[in-house]
Amino acid sequence: MAHATTHTHDDAHHDEKPQGFLDRWVFTTNHKDIGTLYLVFSFIMFIIGGAMSGVIRLELFQPGLQWVAPEFFNQMTTMHALVMIFGGVMPAFVGLANWMIPLQIGAPDMALPRMNNWSFWILPFAFFLLLLTLVLPGGGPAGGWTLYPPLSLQGGYNVAFVIFAIHLMGISSIMGAINIIATILNMRAPGMDLLKMPLFTWTWLITAFLLIAVMPVLAGAVTMLLTDKFFGTSFFNAAGGGDPVMFQHIFWFFGHPEVYIMILPAFGIVSEIIPTFSRKPLFGYQAMVYATASIAFLSFIVWAHHMFTVGMPLGGQLYFMYATMLIAVPTGVKVFNWVATMWRGSMTFETPMLWSIAFVILFTIGGFSGLMLAIVPADYQYHDTYFVVAHFHYVLVTGSLFSIIAAVYYWWPKWTGRMYSEFWGKFHFWWTMVFVNLLFFPQHFLGLAGMPRRIPDYNVAFADFNMISSIGAFGMLITPFMMFVILWHSKKHGVKAEQVSWEGAKGLEWTVPSPAPHHTFTTPPKIDDRMLAHGDVAH
Amino acid sequence: MAHAHAHTHDPATYYVPHGTRWPILGSFALFFLVGGAAFWLNGVTVGKYVSLLGLAMLVAMLFGWFGAVIRESVSGYYNRQVDVSFRMGMIWFIFSEVMFFAAFFGALFYTHWFTLPWLGGAGDGASTNALLWPGFEAAWPTNGPANVGGAFETIPPWGLPLFNTLLLLASGVTLTIAHHALIANQRSKLLFWLGATIVLGVVFLFVQGYEYHHAYAELGLTLGSGIYGSTFFMLTGFHGMHVTLGAIMLIVIWFRCAKGHFTPEQHFGFEAVAWYWHFVDVVWLGLFLFVYVV
Repeated sequence: MAHATTHTHDDAHHDEKPQGFLDRWVFTTNHKDIGTLYLVFSFIMFIIGGAMSGVIRLELFQPGLQWVAPEFFNQMTTMHALVMIFGGVMPAFVGLANWMIPLQIGAPDMALPRMNNWSFWILPFAFFLLLLTLVLPGGGPAGGWTLYPPLSLQGGYNVAFVIFAIHLMGISSIMGAINIIATILNMRAPGMDLLKMPLFTWTWLITAFLLIAVMPVLAGAVTMLLTDKFFGTSFFNAAGGGDPVMFQHIFWFFGHPEVYIMILPAFGIVSEIIPTFSRKPLFGYQAMVYATASIAFLSFIVWAHHMFTVGMPLGGQLYFMYATMLIAVPTGVKVFNWVATMWRGSMTFETPMLWSIAFVILFTIGGFSGLMLAIVPADYQYHDTYFVVAHFHYVLVTGSLFSIIAAVYYWWPKWTGRMYSEFWGKFHFWWTMVFVNLLFFPQHFLGLAGMPRRIPDYNVAFADFNMISSIGAFGMLITPFMMFVILWHSKKHGVKAEQVSWEGAKGLEWTVPSPAPHHTFTTPPKIDDRMLAHGDVAH
Repeated sequence: MAHAHAHTHDPATYYVPHGTRWPILGSFALFFLVGGAAFWLNGVTVGKYVSLLGLAMLVAMLFGWFGAVIRESVSGYYNRQVDVSFRMGMIWFIFSEVMFFAAFFGALFYTHWFTLPWLGGAGDGASTNALLWPGFEAAWPTNGPANVGGAFETIPPWGLPLFNTLLLLASGVTLTIAHHALIANQRSKLLFWLGATIVLGVVFLFVQGYEYHHAYAELGLTLGSGIYGSTFFMLTGFHGMHVTLGAIMLIVIWFRCAKGHFTPEQHFGFEAVAWYWHFVDVVWLGLFLFVYVV
């Protein structure tokens, strides 16, 4: 491709990485380096959050109290969620956005490069404050990641620390999201029309909008917690005319869009990978875009399905039930389109494709259990049981996390210029596939049988499934280290990657060399529809 | 092709700064600010000084960062596309602020129109009232069935709050006159009307301060006066903080206008502050209506 050759030449002049550690990583304004920082940070957080889940599953291996005090167990469930959501999944997607969006739309960098640096460098401080609570008087937060008052206000030092840590995470997320929107709307190369953008970029545009809309609401909610605790306000105190249930409404007005913040970019990733390894264009590109936007819109008007049992008026329950079920329609469009993309494709099953196919199947299982939970009378049984735990781990682990891993394997050659070992990549996949289902599938049965979530001890009737689930967890605990070794080996000894690392891969990111030079698209590329994977273009 | 970090920059390409020290300083500043405050709230007094140090660092960082941006802008590094990025950044920042206020307005609406009737026994709240708070009658303003914070009086809307509303509305007009003067390249007129805007904003803040004093000293209305005091001071307080920030930004912009940083064609710094000022103005109208009048 003549075009790519010019860029190779051009970028040779621009490929000047700063030499010192501080200049390269702390003072950086480069979207690729900041993307790497996000991904490394999220990897560390996944290990910390994973270790906490290890404590949880160790304690639940058998009935009775064996290893940790109940108070500490509650801190582990709370911190595990906060670390995984705000430290693991969200930064991983922002890291992928940083790396890939400028490459996918032909931009020289993110629109606001200095702010991009700040968005990342707030995070380590925020999580230092959060994790610090574990060693402060009273220990870490133990009232659940949803921070419901009055329980959440009864902690020791941790209340103020958690609230301020969440403020910092919010500032980081909002600035990151503003940057992503400005980049996508303002930095596209001429000819990269909105309806030619890759789906990963599209899903991130919509996700960024969700982030800017709801992170400030979370900030407001926790600010009211802070003033209730320290400044004598009565927002969540019925004696003063406030309402603890109001916190749940405000929290879930943030919380429900938040769960789509953690899944829409995943939809984008598998929409990139499945066409590549099916060697077919994505089926129903525009339908995918509109379905994503519909899901985002619906996410704002379904929040109270998280609190059916709180005692809300019947009319409210019915409305939130039906509105929630509506989400299955655009989501069904997506699943149909992924399957239709594979239909009669010339498919191969490299590692990223395996993770993506598993995503489609297992995320759909999580979606169906979500539908079950949407039904009010059924939810009265499932609420606060392990069925809920099973549901959201299917969408967040086999959904979001699987897509993140798929994305790392898929774009790794572009980032590093090296291929990883297909054998070990597939081994990593199948190992995870076995243990993740061993871990989470029995939790459906536990929940249906009535085992409540967030308890360190349980009835002996639940013993067998808990033991199976814990064995699954122990198998999962080594997977990040397995992945680390595979990627480290690839970085040091991997086969050199081609510019187009996968047969069938299309999109602007494959028109730059592997590894991608430090600066790409300093001048906008000329868009040729034939190199695009997506859009309203003739294939 | 010119490198972005060279002393000249090709305006045909998008300006990407190479390396920046301000964000990491800002992160340390935020860390000290909130980390110190968290210890302070838990009774560790040294936290107060750490927090204030963080605040000072944050101010220094903002001056340094914006200073760098202004220097680059004046040197002509920013083409039209960079300008659009800044505009989008400001628009979406203001949208995030709208949603931040939405949380507090939501709390006001929910407690006023749902919680209060339920506590008084309406609808599904019949047994809540009969069993937990017998005899409580729903009436706004309220400090709840337990009379939290004791008796209080509210501030009548048609006195100082109305005066404040007129002040802010007038400040929107003076700011627009200043903007037109900027476009017409009439600097002394620009400085006069921009100065008038600042004066109106500062008078607004003084009136708010007087009103707070009046509420605490004479009306018995405090942040602890149940849900009415909570929503009243939270909404007006956060608004007042935004007016303060907006006034500081206007003052900075006044000096930049005096130094001739802006041209009739290119003056995004002015526009961004004007947008922000109009935003706090609109929030006040919502406050006046729902906090004072209703």
